[in-house]
Amino acid sequence: MSDTELREDTDPAQSSALDAAPTPSGRLAGSARPRRSGPEGVKGTIAKIVLLGLVDALAVYVLMMLFLSQSWLALGVSAAVVLVINWIYLRKGGLPAKYLAPGVLFLLVFQVFVVMFSGYIAFTNYGDGHNSTKDDAIAAIQLTAQKRVPDSPAYKAAVLTKDNTFYLLFTDPQGKASLGNTETPLAEAPGAGKDSTGKANALAGYRTLNFQEIVANQQSILDMTVPVSANPADGTLRTADGSNAYQFKPSLKYDAAADTFTDTTSGAVYRDNGKGAFAADNGETLSTGWKIDVGMENFARAFTDPSLRGPLLGVILWTFTFALASVALTFALGLFLAITFNREDLKGKKVYRILMILPYAFPAFLTGLVWSGILNPEFGWLNQNLFGGAPIGWLSDPFLAKISVLVVNLWLGFPYMFLVCTGALQSLPSELDEAARMDGAGPWRVFRSIKLPLLLVSIAPLLISSFAFNFNNFNVIFMLTGGGPRFADTDRDIGATDILITLVYKVAFGQGTGRDYGLASALAIIIFIIVATVSAISFKQTKALEEVNS
Amino acid sequence: MNGSAPLTAAPADKTRQGGGTGIAPETTTGGTDVEYLKSLQRRRPFGVWFKDKGWRHLVGCIVTVFAVFPLLYVLSAALNSTGTLVGSNALFSKIDFGNFTALFDMPSRPFARWFGNTMVVGGVTSAATVFLGAMAAYAFSRMRFTGRRVGLLTLLLLQMFPQLLAVVAIFLLLSGISEVIPALGLGSQLGLIMVYLGGALGVNTYLMYGFFNTVPQSLDEAAKIDGASHAQIFFGIIMRLVTPILAVVGLLTFIGISGEFVIASVVLTDPDSQTLAVGLYSFVAQQRSENWGVFAAGAVLSAVPVMALFLYLQRYIVSGLSAGAVKG
Repeated sequence: MSDTELREDTDPAQSSALDAAPTPSGRLAGSARPRRSGPEGVKGTIAKIVLLGLVDALAVYVLMMLFLSQSWLALGVSAAVVLVINWIYLRKGGLPAKYLAPGVLFLLVFQVFVVMFSGYIAFTNYGDGHNSTKDDAIAAIQLTAQKRVPDSPAYKAAVLTKDNTFYLLFTDPQGKASLGNTETPLAEAPGAGKDSTGKANALAGYRTLNFQEIVANQQSILDMTVPVSANPADGTLRTADGSNAYQFKPSLKYDAAADTFTDTTSGAVYRDNGKGAFAADNGETLSTGWKIDVGMENFARAFTDPSLRGPLLGVILWTFTFALASVALTFALGLFLAITFNREDLKGKKVYRILMILPYAFPAFLTGLVWSGILNPEFGWLNQNLFGGAPIGWLSDPFLAKISVLVVNLWLGFPYMFLVCTGALQSLPSELDEAARMDGAGPWRVFRSIKLPLLLVSIAPLLISSFAFNFNNFNVIFMLTGGGPRFADTDRDIGATDILITLVYKVAFGQGTGRDYGLASALAIIIFIIVATVSAISFKQTKALEEVNS
Repeated sequence: MNGSAPLTAAPADKTRQGGGTGIAPETTTGGTDVEYLKSLQRRRPFGVWFKDKGWRHLVGCIVTVFAVFPLLYVLSAALNSTGTLVGSNALFSKIDFGNFTALFDMPSRPFARWFGNTMVVGGVTSAATVFLGAMAAYAFSRMRFTGRRVGLLTLLLLQMFPQLLAVVAIFLLLSGISEVIPALGLGSQLGLIMVYLGGALGVNTYLMYGFFNTVPQSLDEAAKIDGASHAQIFFGIIMRLVTPILAVVGLLTFIGISGEFVIASVVLTDPDSQTLAVGLYSFVAQQRSENWGVFAAGAVLSAVPVMALFLYLQRYIVSGLSAGAVKG
């Protein structure tokens, strides 16, 4: 059915186009041959120039922005890409490149480059607390580790607003007014209007917030830290109530010459520990660090860290089990159904077929969510209606959760296998069947020794891609169980039904536990290697299978 | 006796089938034949009928219940405005549209926006994918150049590694882009579409390549002799002849993109710009049982267009799926 049907679909289109073909070519023959670069050529050239002009205009904008942000490497690469694009489309000849360039460009950036970039990230400690340069980290530590300067004077404060941005207007004990907010360091505001107590409360061009407005915007006002000067070591001014403010200074003092932080109260010294963080002699590290290359550490950590090693091995094992079992189950059910309904004279065959295809048409991400409602241990339909309200943990017991995931994936996947197997079965010549029956083979023998091997030849590549797909079948797992129930022997968010790709997602973007891009990329690289190996081996196997049969 | 029963039934079926689909004018002889065979069938004992066909119906019924039940369940939950998970357990006990009105009345969860966003992102991505893929397939099918074979093989290999594996790198790349050009970076649908277009070549190109090869080359040659340029051949002749595969690829891409969660959830952070997959997940991520009815209503509304399209074009999709396999 597969091949033949496709042909059938095209045939009418082809023949009608054949009928239609003489009209345009006839017109062309009449008019275009004497002036080959006639109207069509001009139109094409104009279209080309306009399109290329648009692309170049966009490119110039991008290059300018890159120049302004001083990203020299990106600027260089982008400029080279723009030149290559222009060269491809402006030169004569090189036709294939003109058709391939747009798709290949996207492919290179968003598939090939990002994979190599993952490879790079896997060798860094990129993640929460390690997401910028060392200089940024030093500035951030000075800004966050702030303590109120002991016995420092109280400033009076008023909250002003301009263009939807809040500012704080301070009056120091001497009566001098100054203005600033988190982004703009303190600057003197000589023209400030003052109330009867001498507190500055108004400034031309700004609007003063009343008490209700201050209460309504409490959080953003409390979060404001106004740097006293451009140097973070000088400290900041903060207010706790919108009317009084105090000076805060870094409790950690940075010594640029020695490259150390010193705690101003305890006197502990934090040094660069070579792992992208400042650490004290007792091993305590400051929470803000910076990005460095860590070599194989992420991979080593994955297989040695006790809170990670056991769960990770479990996850890898389950990923294989899940992918293999999913392929086996869907294929078995699909093939069984294909054989069952491979009878021309079965009444209601079409109805069965439509109804059984429905799960395949249902969006996959919804499947997990819907089934999670049906299987919910406390309130779900299954326990409430079929098991008399017994709290069977379909999604919370490690073993049952695995079964549930497989059943739901079977629901989602069997229609595809059914369709594919039906197609393959129908394309087998019926003489084979008859000849075997003549020779006295029973139906099982015919199936086992003749139909199945022939089927496998055309279906094996599909089974392999189905395996590769299920190996990374994120939606079903994440939407149904979220990877849970969690393993008891680790404090990380890893569970019994987690497969590698859900683990990657949770390590990189999980709620609650910090983001660890380096480790996540290392895990992704492990998936790459596994998938590549498995598909290389299996494709070799199928080639062998084909040769054996032909 | 049991052994011979299927044998006698089989030829009977064959003839009946021939009578049914075959030549219509010969009704007199064919008709009596069929009636005779039908009477034969009627006389068969239940056991024989069951062994031949009945079990097929039994299997069909069981599998149909398995396949259809979750869909009926979600439909019933959508129509039951009790709204909780427990309340949805008695199927079709109550039918009203309270959940649907509630669905469109949540400012923090703008379902209508999500629906629109999904249509825009899915529509633009699949249109662009079809166009980019067709151009590449045209080059591979009609032109001979160095690197052609390697290029095809590379595309086949690359499809083994889905984009979602590189989701961390995609996130960091887009956050880098948003520092320079915010309109293309994190939180922008345009950025998301660009990321999706990275997968435009690959399996699609392979599918189209196989189909393009079935269009006879003599058509291009005839047009070329008549003075048509390569662009005229591509847009005027080839693209019109391969419409079925363009529809299949476009539809498969649309279905795939509209259900894509991983990359969309990482790129689109603002509720107003999210797609259905990200939005509906947020509905039940925290309080699964409280929001159940409204979620079910949203699920029904988002599944219906995709399912309708799928069933309408089912024949093409199935042939496209297996064509990819057989040719690949």
